[in-house]
Amino acid sequence: MARKLRKPAAGKKAAAARARPQRRVVVLVATRKGAWLYHGDAARKTWRADGPHFLGHIISHVVLDPRDGRTLLAAAKTGHLGPTVFRSTDLGRTWKEAAQPPAFAKAADGEKGRSVDHTFWLTPAHANEPGVWYAGTSPQGLFRSGDGGVTWKPFSSINDDPQYRKWMGTVQDGTPDGPKLHSIIVDPRDPAHLYFAMSGGGVHESVDGGRTWALLLKGLDVVEGFDKAQPSFHDPHCIRICPSNPDRLYQQNHCGIYRLDRPSDTWARIGKNMPERVGDIGFPLVVHPRDADTAWVFPMDGTTVWPRTSPEGRPAVYATRNGGKTWQRLDAGLPAKQAWWTVKRQAMTGDAADPVGLYFGTTSGELWMSRDEGRRWTCIARHLPEIYSVEVAELK
Amino acid sequence: MKVIVPSALRSYTERGEAEASGATLAAMLVDLDRQYPGIRFRMIDEQDRIRRHIRIFVNGDQVRDLSQPLVATDEVIIVQALSGG
Repeated sequence: MARKLRKPAAGKKAAAARARPQRRVVVLVATRKGAWLYHGDAARKTWRADGPHFLGHIISHVVLDPRDGRTLLAAAKTGHLGPTVFRSTDLGRTWKEAAQPPAFAKAADGEKGRSVDHTFWLTPAHANEPGVWYAGTSPQGLFRSGDGGVTWKPFSSINDDPQYRKWMGTVQDGTPDGPKLHSIIVDPRDPAHLYFAMSGGGVHESVDGGRTWALLLKGLDVVEGFDKAQPSFHDPHCIRICPSNPDRLYQQNHCGIYRLDRPSDTWARIGKNMPERVGDIGFPLVVHPRDADTAWVFPMDGTTVWPRTSPEGRPAVYATRNGGKTWQRLDAGLPAKQAWWTVKRQAMTGDAADPVGLYFGTTSGELWMSRDEGRRWTCIARHLPEIYSVEVAELK
Repeated sequence: MKVIVPSALRSYTERGEAEASGATLAAMLVDLDRQYPGIRFRMIDEQDRIRRHIRIFVNGDQVRDLSQPLVATDEVIIVQALSGG
């Protein structure tokens, strides 16, 4: 028997009818001088600051394990001390250092080995693999933990492979803060289907849990004059997979915004549809949790000497609701002029509520959020150190 | 031997001075790490190089080689140096 359809309600009533029950969220903010947790109420209107954690530490990423809703991992170092990972199983009340943080294999006698400068990226593995995490480092390295982040083992298929080492280049070839391995993505349908990206070094895919890897570069541009066939010249900034359609990925690249619909292996440059005076250069990208046609970016000035500021000092989020065919400027509530900050690749995210809450942290230490998918923005914290990453998680 | 520990590492030792033993600087650091797990990797990288912003002095002289011999009466000073703002 056919299910009886309810008559759709109109306007605000419709929004209320489709709204998911709201859970409390926590926003995890990593900065150049420590980490802060912002606890929101169910309406995401008031925020309680918990921090600083690790004051003075350079924190690249803080991530909550969605599989237990309590375990936090924080990638840390200081100006003087080497890199490590801290772990909390009580939502940040207490922290314990990893017994064996990500570290490259010791080089053979006479060879110059690499050392991890900082762990840059943390990704919890598949929902069916509790305790498994992946980490990306600077210089580029891929690591796996099978015990919730206590000990980490290198992927020799990447870290020690001569071809990959060539593609990674040297520290001097990388981004100003060191070349990075980032955007480690696990296909929610298959724990062995993985993606990662390197700045520089391109986009890579494995279908066997990381034993073997293949390049995923077709359709991507590189800086004019360089050879697209060389992975070293490819600089993906941020890649996201759509939870509602894991065959779709979006990418913010050094050279534009792209979309990939598998099984195709060719990226399409959807950023060409952005306004010309704004361009399609930037670092972060966020996808909608339930609508694979919706994504948000935060453009920056990538002209001339690459100022890496908001274009014309007028920060704005741009959204597409149709897979990149058109883009809409979303700047209500943001400074209208003379605001020269920007947003780093890990510093923008979205929650799973309806409507989606969006969050970003700025290079000038401000934390902004929107309760209505970007239509209106509110600053929820100021005067923080430079923000390196922002993640949001629902509390169970 | 006496080891003077900089403020950045006192989250491990909980005080500015520690006791450790070893016939070389490398062995002393292993003993220090046995007592305070994790402290060595914050100073020495995975290629056994002293990290860029760490300096180690033995009886007032800077030491760059982990094979430096030590005796029980030596004083080792670990310094955090020159990392910028």
